[in-house]
Amino acid sequence: MNIHRVNQATPGASLGIASVTSWRGKLRAVFLRSEAIRGYTLLSPTLVVMMFGMCAPFAIMVAVSFWTQHAFDFDTTFTLGRYQDVIDKPIYMALMLRSLAISGACTVVTVLLAYPMAYYVAFHVHRHKLIWIILMTLPFWTSYLLRVFAWKVILGFNGVINSGLKGLGLIEQPLEFLLYSPTAVVITLAHAWAAFAILPIYVSLEKIDRSLLEAATDLGDGPVKRFLGVTLPLSLPGIIAATLLIFIPTVGDYVTPALVGGPSGIMLANNIQAQFGKVNDWPMGAALAMAMMITVAVISVVYIWVTRKAAGRIV
Amino acid sequence: MTTKGARPDTVVSFRNASKYYGDVVAARNLDLDVASGEFLSFLGPSGCGKTTSLRLIAGFDQPSEGEVFLQGECVNGVPAYRRPVNMVFQHYALFPHLNIVDNVAYGLKQRSPKPSSKEIGQRVNEVLELVQLGGFDYRRIWEMSGGQQQRVALARALINKPKVLLLDEPLAALDRKLRREMQIELQNLQRNVGITFILVTHDQEEALSMSDRVCIMRDGEIVQIGSPLDLYDRPKNRYVADFVGKSNFFDGAVEHKNKSTIDIKLDGGSTVALKANADSNEHKVGDRVCVSVRPEQVTLARNQEQLPTDCAIKAKAQVMNRIFLGEQIEYLLRDERLGEFLVRSPRQHALSERPFEINESVFVAWSRDTALVLGSE
Ligand SMILES: Nc1ncnc2c1ncn2[C@@H]1O[C@H](COP(=O)(O)OP(=O)(O)OP(=O)(O)O)[C@@H](O)[C@H]1O
Ligand SMILES: [Mg+2]
Repeated sequence: MNIHRVNQATPGASLGIASVTSWRGKLRAVFLRSEAIRGYTLLSPTLVVMMFGMCAPFAIMVAVSFWTQHAFDFDTTFTLGRYQDVIDKPIYMALMLRSLAISGACTVVTVLLAYPMAYYVAFHVHRHKLIWIILMTLPFWTSYLLRVFAWKVILGFNGVINSGLKGLGLIEQPLEFLLYSPTAVVITLAHAWAAFAILPIYVSLEKIDRSLLEAATDLGDGPVKRFLGVTLPLSLPGIIAATLLIFIPTVGDYVTPALVGGPSGIMLANNIQAQFGKVNDWPMGAALAMAMMITVAVISVVYIWVTRKAAGRIV
Repeated sequence: MTTKGARPDTVVSFRNASKYYGDVVAARNLDLDVASGEFLSFLGPSGCGKTTSLRLIAGFDQPSEGEVFLQGECVNGVPAYRRPVNMVFQHYALFPHLNIVDNVAYGLKQRSPKPSSKEIGQRVNEVLELVQLGGFDYRRIWEMSGGQQQRVALARALINKPKVLLLDEPLAALDRKLRREMQIELQNLQRNVGITFILVTHDQEEALSMSDRVCIMRDGEIVQIGSPLDLYDRPKNRYVADFVGKSNFFDGAVEHKNKSTIDIKLDGGSTVALKANADSNEHKVGDRVCVSVRPEQVTLARNQEQLPTDCAIKAKAQVMNRIFLGEQIEYLLRDERLGEFLVRSPRQHALSERPFEINESVFVAWSRDTALVLGSE
């Protein structure tokens, strides 16, 4: 923008340069004049990756979901049969609901745990905020798998918690619900995704004008009322972002349930993985993936809509 | 000088109240009584502790030393939400997630017991009428102009019927014309509702034109409190004289003094003979002092005969610059012994009378009881 203005301010000079330096100058002039061209140029690496890395595979998957698997071949006649299966076969519905439940629980737990942390840093830390933020993202410095295995060690039959409790004489048998259960999946996912909740909530809290809080206090709000009347509604964008950032990826997670979920903690994504692998029914897998994507999209849109509506009425 | 406790007829009192932020002294030994129904202004340059004083009253900050009283009771340690005062914030601090009605009603809804929604609606309408915002009801905050937001902020603070309304530079963000209008409106409002107003400003014109009393501050301390007229005519020292209105200062020393006159030898060589009064009596012969003369108190004339006979000083000066101010003309004059000084003279009555031209020589005088003798601090 600045360069643009400078050029306008000295039309003679820029014209002179353009006529002397031929096509390069002209190209440069076009480039400088059009904001759209500059924008797309900046975006181009991402656009290329998106095209080949996302859009193309997505299109292929949509196509495959309408086909039928015959041994090692595809019957490419159009059919809605796989989608019919998603609805008709109880196993898929059950897995879908379990995925949503586990991921939903994980989202709630994560946001509830992340909010106080973000709140603390935003309002009660005055120096070295950056260090606190970095410390909170520390779990991300190790690999995802390593973190899952760490939880396995903590939650296992002879893990940290069970042996600790046994050592204290509080329990005789190890707590079995800890590992290989939906609980284990929720705990592991919540820990793994915590930073994704803390950061957006922190940003939204940090953005709140402190004089608004003083205004609420001035008008008679004690700390609790003030939180409910001003802080919470104003941090809602952060909560919404955090919720979606955790819910959407965790619904489709299959590593964590596979490692710590046990039979009762298996999620739909594990089944989808199997369809593309052992079961070798790609159309079924594709249809399941599509069904899940649509469900998540619908839930997200409804969620955003409802929270927006509610935000105006919190007081 | 300081009485223990607070007089019963005061709404707000400071008793030796100080506020420190680490090493920074934001307010020092404030001692002040604000009467019920009064319009008081805190006036001073940036960083002199005006906002801090206001926050001590509101309860956002607690004094490091001394006491703050509201209606005769010490409120040290009482949190802001339990104090019967409300504040209009510098940038309004309106809640962006609420519309106008909900913003204004906020204070009422936090009351316990909560008034009925009919009652709330009625009160909201009343205050919105009061600040001339009837009919805007359900607009969003960002759909309002600066002046309108200002009114919403006022309405929101007034709905609780506070004992004191605190205003922290409420008009600073408005343009000049709107600011003038709002000043008049605020003044009328204050008379109508009868609530004590405490205003913070660094605009001396605003403070002088609106308030019953002005409290001049410097470096966290109160320098002088008084009515606008008092401050203008009888400033305690050079700082106040300089801050309230414009003034010319001439340094010098007391040369001679008796019951009725005080002669001051200015550093430039001339001598001024002023009428003695209670304030000038403080200075002894030989003391370093400073003579303060308001620009509008200086008489200008083309002929020496036109000057008044009984003058503190008469001189001949050259017009260096001339600024047309409408109802007045401001001249920058220069005299060898007095140096440069400002004079404001009213437009002559007859249009045919020409103002003085640049480089013209004029006769200057001021009368014996206009100029002030101030300590030269
Ligand atoms: N929270 C704080 N922490 C540290 N110092 C502060 C704090 N608040 C104010 N101060 C200091 O106290 C002094 C007085 O500040 P205050 O805000 O009262 O000034 P002010 O008169 O309102 O100025 P302005 O006209 O610029 O608003 C300043 O030197 C300021 O730096
Ligand atoms: Mg201030």
